[in-house]
Amino acid sequence: MSNPKPEQLVQIDYRPPSRDWMNPAVEFRRGTFCYSAAAKNLEYLNLPNPREWQPFDKDWKLPPDWKRIVLEGMRDRLRKFRSFRLFMDICVRCGACADKCHFYIGSGDPKNMPVLRAELLRSVYRRYFTLAGRLFGKLAGARDLTEDVVKEWFYYFYQCTECRRCSVFCPYGIDTAEITMIGRELLNLIGCNINWVLEPAANCFRTGNHLGVQPHGFKDSIDFAVDELEEITGVRVEAPINRKGAEILFIVPSADYFGTPHYYSLLGYLMLFHEIGLDYTFSAFASEGGNFGLFNSHEMIKRLNAKIYAEAKRLGVKWIVGAECGHMWRVLHQYMDTMNGPADFLEVPVSPVTGTRFDHARSTKMVHLCEFTADLIKHGKLKLDPSRNNHWNVTFHDSCNPSRAMGLLEEPRYILRNVCNHFHEMPENTIREQTFCCGSGSGLGTDENFEMRMRGGLPRANAVRYVRDKYGVNLLACICAIDKATLPPLLEYWTPGVEVAGVHELVGNALVMRGEAERKTDLRGQPLELQEAVHA
Amino acid sequence: MELTSLIAVAIPYAAIAIFLIGFSYRIVRWSLSPVPFRIPTVCGQQKSLPWIKAGYLESPWTRMGVVARMALEILLFRSLFRNTRAELRQGPKLSYLESKFLWLGALAFHWSFLVILLRHLRFFLEPVPAFVGAIEAADGFFQVSLPVLYLTDVVILVALGYLLARRIWNAQARYISLPSDYLALALLIGLAGTGVIMRYFTRVDVIAAKQFALGLATFSPVAPENLGVMFYAHLFTLSALIAYLPFSKLVHMGGVFLSPTRNLANDNRARRHVNPWNYPVKVHTYQEWEDEFREKIAAAGLPLERQ
Repeated sequence: MSNPKPEQLVQIDYRPPSRDWMNPAVEFRRGTFCYSAAAKNLEYLNLPNPREWQPFDKDWKLPPDWKRIVLEGMRDRLRKFRSFRLFMDICVRCGACADKCHFYIGSGDPKNMPVLRAELLRSVYRRYFTLAGRLFGKLAGARDLTEDVVKEWFYYFYQCTECRRCSVFCPYGIDTAEITMIGRELLNLIGCNINWVLEPAANCFRTGNHLGVQPHGFKDSIDFAVDELEEITGVRVEAPINRKGAEILFIVPSADYFGTPHYYSLLGYLMLFHEIGLDYTFSAFASEGGNFGLFNSHEMIKRLNAKIYAEAKRLGVKWIVGAECGHMWRVLHQYMDTMNGPADFLEVPVSPVTGTRFDHARSTKMVHLCEFTADLIKHGKLKLDPSRNNHWNVTFHDSCNPSRAMGLLEEPRYILRNVCNHFHEMPENTIREQTFCCGSGSGLGTDENFEMRMRGGLPRANAVRYVRDKYGVNLLACICAIDKATLPPLLEYWTPGVEVAGVHELVGNALVMRGEAERKTDLRGQPLELQEAVHA
Repeated sequence: MELTSLIAVAIPYAAIAIFLIGFSYRIVRWSLSPVPFRIPTVCGQQKSLPWIKAGYLESPWTRMGVVARMALEILLFRSLFRNTRAELRQGPKLSYLESKFLWLGALAFHWSFLVILLRHLRFFLEPVPAFVGAIEAADGFFQVSLPVLYLTDVVILVALGYLLARRIWNAQARYISLPSDYLALALLIGLAGTGVIMRYFTRVDVIAAKQFALGLATFSPVAPENLGVMFYAHLFTLSALIAYLPFSKLVHMGGVFLSPTRNLANDNRARRHVNPWNYPVKVHTYQEWEDEFREKIAAAGLPLERQ
């Protein structure tokens, strides 16, 4: 089946159907859902009910007592998470969240309104856990938990990217990411998970990274980058791996050393660290900062995240720097210290170049590379030639988690303004805390889900289109590995002519290194002068 | 006391008892569930480097900042103020239009309701506190009609009318609305409506009303006399509303204070948050990893812990 064309996809009917939303029937139409997780991945991670099945099968082969398991799971989580219990109770269905969700904007499906996504769970909560729901049933907004409801949950909880945009607009701060995370945990209890989440998680558990890159493969990738950098810059950099006694452990998402355009940012990191003489090391074991556990369960977050502090301790570093990645930073900022801390064996991060003490990271002891680089630039420690990025007309896409979980808004912008000459913001309702998701986050970035990804990415792509047409923007910079993987096809679909890059790729382009040869190409190997000529 | 009088006394007491027990139960239930992770929804610049201006209210890192953020949220509905309306036009071109009516309607309803509640203290307190008089004076500022028309009486009916109309006419709002959403609005409109009719049209005997209310408040109830059917309608609607409140979405009036995406500071990396039920999990240790990939690690020339 070929994918629908943009002009077909954009015919969106926002009128709700005549059918009551309490009817759970879902059609698993190709292109709008993700395939089930392979049994081997569940087995490797000791997760329940591994089996062969697919969402479009009639029989999902649930365990015989699935209903009891789900309801017990709900009871347990109501006890453990105030967020969950509260968000089940206090929604007034004002609908302010409705058209804040990129999946609703892109699909018109009312169950993609955050309020209804949560009601899918709330209706069951009312039926089994509230007096009104038990007594009055449907009148009180309650409905029975049936297999069809489980299928509906699966469809819509894997049609939410946990981006938290709706929670910015909710008058009670109801966070659909919490609802979706709990919903997915419940589905996991009976073995309803997707492969695009569990395969990376299983890989990460075994090899240390989502892509399943083994230690020698990791070393090869980094060595290859070092060789290529020498060709581009004439400078041979060091890239130590598993080196004990380094001052800093550097954590990257695995896509940085295995995917493009991520890879160009890796080149940027290597150049930067060489230029300032940073005493650091990679780890082939903690070779993944990303954490697909976030898209599976709180327990899986902790299981996959544990290696970061463990490796920092084993290698005897003083503190940790983390590279560009979105959900990785939600975990590092909001979960890691609580789950796997306290990191009392590390020291409060101090930049060895500028002496800046990163007091805001004094407990976690982990600093975002953009914070680190912005500090270097502010102190004039880098020699930058922004004209080397003159072939790029740049906009910045705030990734969901660095913006709404961290508030990392100005650091990347400060860097961009210093490393390139042409920078234009997208409209204000689509950036910073109101930024729109790429539509493929939280493990939904798989090919079989193409149509839904294009729908979910429409608001982002449309804002890019605005700056492309108005200012001639031809590059979207971002700081998220999932963005870098999924925005190129999204933009090609909706907004052709705009490339995607990491912020540190542009830093690398602009960075003037001591002893460098004359720079003839950018980090992508595109000739600089030719590009200028074309642009002029 | 006659039977009707007994009912007039018993129902409000029962309603208040249900409210107190039910609402406390809700609050206690919420409080008993811990907050395992610090998960504020950050809406502004984080506090990081000293030369970057951080968002004190939208990304608070101090207790005062959190209190200020919550105050804005609770008193002025800050988040609802952000509301926009997405519109897809030919092109395709998505626009996000200003859309403040929901905010305005909600704010108008809640504030006028609060003012009306405070005004009603006149019926329950003797002597009447000065601030109640002041509120009445401000509320009746325009001095139109007799008895003086209170601004909030008009505002609350208009606001509730808007909120109801929005639910009915806005296709999306209608689709998501449950019977209980209409019930809550109906009770509130009934309460305000009977109050307005009683004050401006049927002209309830205010002295008798106060005697009855004082009796209730001082636990020495007296039989209501000469109060008329509107008074009973008002009283019973109120009783229904407060008895229904703990079982309804109206518990948001307490819940909003506990929302972990709003009432926590964005200081995650500076101060460790403790999860009371944090438990050990099965992890893959470095040693297991080294043992599995030993040859490959050695062949790649990477150091080993154990040779």
